[in-house]
Amino acid sequence: MSEPAITPEIVAEHGLSPDEYDRVLSIMGRAPNITELGIFSVMWSEHCSYKSSKKWLKTLPTKAPWVICGPGENAGVVDIGDGQAAIFKMESHNHPSFIEPYQGAATGVGGILRDVFTMGARPVANLNALRFGAPDHPKTRHLVAGVVAGIGGYGNCVGVPTVGGEVEFHPSYNGNILVNAMTIGIADTDKIFYSEASGVGNPVVYVGSKTGRDGIHGATMASAEFSEDSEEKRPTVQVGDPFTEKLLIEACLELMATDAIVAIQDMGAAGLTSSSFEMASKGGLGVEIDLDRVPVRETGMTPYEIMLSESQERMLMVLEPGKEDVAKAVFDKWELDFSIIGRLTDTGRMVLTMGGKTVADLPIDPLAQAAPEYDRPWTPGKKLPEIAAAEVPERPWGEALLTLVGGPQGSSRRWVWEQYDHMVMGDTVGRPGGDAALVRIHGTKKGLAATSDVTPRYVVADAHQGGRQAVAEAWRNLTAVGATPLAITDNMNFGNPERPAIMGQFVEAIKGMGEACIALDFPVVSGNVSLYNETNGEAILPTPTIGAIGLMPDVEQSVGIGFAAPGQALLLIGPEGSWLGQSWYLAQVANRAEGAPPPVDLAAERRNGDFVRGLIRVGKVSACHDLSDGGLLVAVAEMAMASGIGADVSAQGPHLHAALFGEDQGRYVLAADEAEAAGILAAAAAAGVPARRLGTTGGDALSVNGKDAVKVADLTAAHQGWFPAFMG
Amino acid sequence: MKAKVHVTLKPGVLDPQGKAVHHALESLGFAGIGGVRQGKYIELDVAETDPAKAKVQVEEMCKKLLANTVIENFAIDLEG
Amino acid sequence: MKSAVIVFPGSNCDRDAAVAITRVTGHAPRMIWHRDADLPDLDLIVVPGGFSYGDYLRSGAMAAHSPIMAAVKAKADKGVRVLGICNGFQVLTEAGLLPGALMRNQSLSFICRDVLLRVETSNSDFTSGYNAGQVVRIPVAHHDGCFFADEATLDRLEDEDRVAFRYCDAQGNPADAANPNGSRRNIAGILNPGRNVLGMMPHPERLADPLLGGTDGAPMFRALAAALS
Repeated sequence: MSEPAITPEIVAEHGLSPDEYDRVLSIMGRAPNITELGIFSVMWSEHCSYKSSKKWLKTLPTKAPWVICGPGENAGVVDIGDGQAAIFKMESHNHPSFIEPYQGAATGVGGILRDVFTMGARPVANLNALRFGAPDHPKTRHLVAGVVAGIGGYGNCVGVPTVGGEVEFHPSYNGNILVNAMTIGIADTDKIFYSEASGVGNPVVYVGSKTGRDGIHGATMASAEFSEDSEEKRPTVQVGDPFTEKLLIEACLELMATDAIVAIQDMGAAGLTSSSFEMASKGGLGVEIDLDRVPVRETGMTPYEIMLSESQERMLMVLEPGKEDVAKAVFDKWELDFSIIGRLTDTGRMVLTMGGKTVADLPIDPLAQAAPEYDRPWTPGKKLPEIAAAEVPERPWGEALLTLVGGPQGSSRRWVWEQYDHMVMGDTVGRPGGDAALVRIHGTKKGLAATSDVTPRYVVADAHQGGRQAVAEAWRNLTAVGATPLAITDNMNFGNPERPAIMGQFVEAIKGMGEACIALDFPVVSGNVSLYNETNGEAILPTPTIGAIGLMPDVEQSVGIGFAAPGQALLLIGPEGSWLGQSWYLAQVANRAEGAPPPVDLAAERRNGDFVRGLIRVGKVSACHDLSDGGLLVAVAEMAMASGIGADVSAQGPHLHAALFGEDQGRYVLAADEAEAAGILAAAAAAGVPARRLGTTGGDALSVNGKDAVKVADLTAAHQGWFPAFMG
Repeated sequence: MKAKVHVTLKPGVLDPQGKAVHHALESLGFAGIGGVRQGKYIELDVAETDPAKAKVQVEEMCKKLLANTVIENFAIDLEG
Repeated sequence: MKSAVIVFPGSNCDRDAAVAITRVTGHAPRMIWHRDADLPDLDLIVVPGGFSYGDYLRSGAMAAHSPIMAAVKAKADKGVRVLGICNGFQVLTEAGLLPGALMRNQSLSFICRDVLLRVETSNSDFTSGYNAGQVVRIPVAHHDGCFFADEATLDRLEDEDRVAFRYCDAQGNPADAANPNGSRRNIAGILNPGRNVLGMMPHPERLADPLLGGTDGAPMFRALAAALS
């Protein structure tokens, strides 16, 4: 079989610029063959090299005393005490999910699960942040149905509960939906596995599913802008096999309990290429692989296809010498392929052979070191004017509230999360629908709280404040269940970074996120970047999704959002509502998506949150909800709907709509026994935390200043009704 | 030889998937569809060369595993 | 009570069942890998939930024909109690230990939520901890939970008092709106003629710990332990 000659067209098809190709030539000292070109292409793709984003990602704070491992490994690792660690990461599978929603989303879940159990952790929870186009766009329903079924189909079968996430609609996602999947796992701190290879001569082992032609060039596809004909790329989408993944989890964890593994890496984007390359590169070694020993599913696969295949459910390991039989026995038990495909060398080169011939030979370190890194030009976003409450027309609050809680953005996501098994593994203490999910750490009374947050309409209006807000809201959601926030994973979804305005969004969002991370002691330990989310020049709203975890020392101390009983005192922690710019109210009731988003006072955020968490931990609070989209009244309505108990709240200020629906930050609503109310207010005053008596729970309706009651049942009907009606 | 097995739901057993496909076809503008029943198609390569014996073998496979005879019927085509 | 949980490749509620049994009865079950052809001396065998063999072909079909199920059948014939939960129920029907079949949910979607069940009979070691007519709250989590059997089989199940649970509303009525998956006659769980085999789609092991939101599943394990000790 003759190999294609390397023409400028082939170079361009591989996403390499002429400059980058010149660099290839100087590293190789000759023209690469097609296999070598393919390897350069995927290793230097945006997806693998972070060439546009690295400069800025490096500025994020990544350290804290409890951080065991920050960005750069398969996932981030934080200490949760008692010799255990939480390992977590969020990753996008946006482009594949748009092309084939079921398989794209399913394999997204599979990939992030592997990132976590690769490091020695048993996955204990999945979350996912989904963003779709306008509800009335002809593709949206099909995409929602497929993505939700795909996430469920994979996660349910693997037996890891899907406990939380977000679903949002906006026309900017019409041609580029976002599927950001997050997995959290638990490992012993002395049994964490890394990808750095060591030991010249040690065997390199392939385990899991066989290699087919699926997903070839997925990594470069994820790094290119969409055009109208992208849907023709369907054959490159991988198919997931959750059953094999479940076996792979059990087999890997069983082998990890022995001392057979030196290093391990999953074969994700760019498959065998990036996994073998990264392991050798981190260890400063070389690697030899005999491609005839790679288990294949199809006949006649070329070296190029084997190296670039993105078949799922595969792992690469370096074993201790002499442990091959121990490892093989485990994988035989689980009926998974196991093949010694090569060994580590001291040459610093990747050498691939097939049919006894060398089919690729390239230097590892120069390729990794020379990976392009760009300082892309960027322009700061324009500051938008503040919207004065007085210039926003008022609608009756009951009507506005029904519009918000019963609309596409504010309605219940039950239709979605009931398709996910959120209870398997028997530790889901806080089910979906609250501020943060809460999963008990098996066999202990401790728990991990988890959430994912970002408000893209704030980020597009002011990327700097939006970046701060995304981190602050994640921190607030963890706090609202009583957990101590530990760390975040960031999933940066943006448009084409070659456009200075888009790069500006990225840079400013990172700056804002970094400030919030520092102020809140909330480091970034893992992340993923998805750029080029645009179709025909239309970019998505900038969406830096923040996945976050927190630690609950005793899950019995946690609180939910539902009122515990009638006759409870309601308290507002934080300032009165005033800010309508970029609010749900402005967009959905007044039909104006305008203005500057609410600023985030990080010192106040921290002070108010620490106060609330302290109250929850000592059992003074019976329910708690943070204030975010929709402001005060939407939060109180959600608390009422979660319990079926009504409330009366008092609202102050010159503009009732701003008081009720303003989206000022750093705020919470608490419910507490009447006898505790005065004490809490006194403690707040002493701590410098703004707080006031908001009202009292009871009855079957929600009223403001004793007037205009709206039945909780009517709110619930609107809230629960939208999604099922939309999906038909 | 090659055995082609068609597994279908028995008449009278509700087929929600077929119903959904029917509905989807109609909403795409395909009129005049009486009904849709969804089934499975399975291809087997069997070593047995005698058609009669192969048929008996595959029938056994269907009864034991490939079809659930509480709810499903099966039909076998042999080729080659 | 000597109990065991069978583990197939793809089982994923095996640990949950073991935790619930241990928590409620104080005795940990043995975990038995599907390739172990022999079963020890046992009072209770649990066939757990999950996706045995990926539920490829049909839910429970391949597990039903694995060697361990022949051993389970032999034990059941001798009167050992066998509890099939969710995928376990699918396996028991595919293996012929219980009549009927579990088909795709009428909504076509996977569904995970708490449902209400009316206890139809307290006349079994599985259900003697409940009162007949009692309404309990137990979660379901399945894609293929629509119970199907022909009319004659359904009549026989009812005549022989072998319907264990029905999906119902808060008042205990087996209403259509309370049926999460389209099951014939709202049937959620059934017994074999010997009343020593129960299959049910809902997961009693998931609500046997107050921290998880309820304990209506616990009486089943308590009653089994009381009857079998």
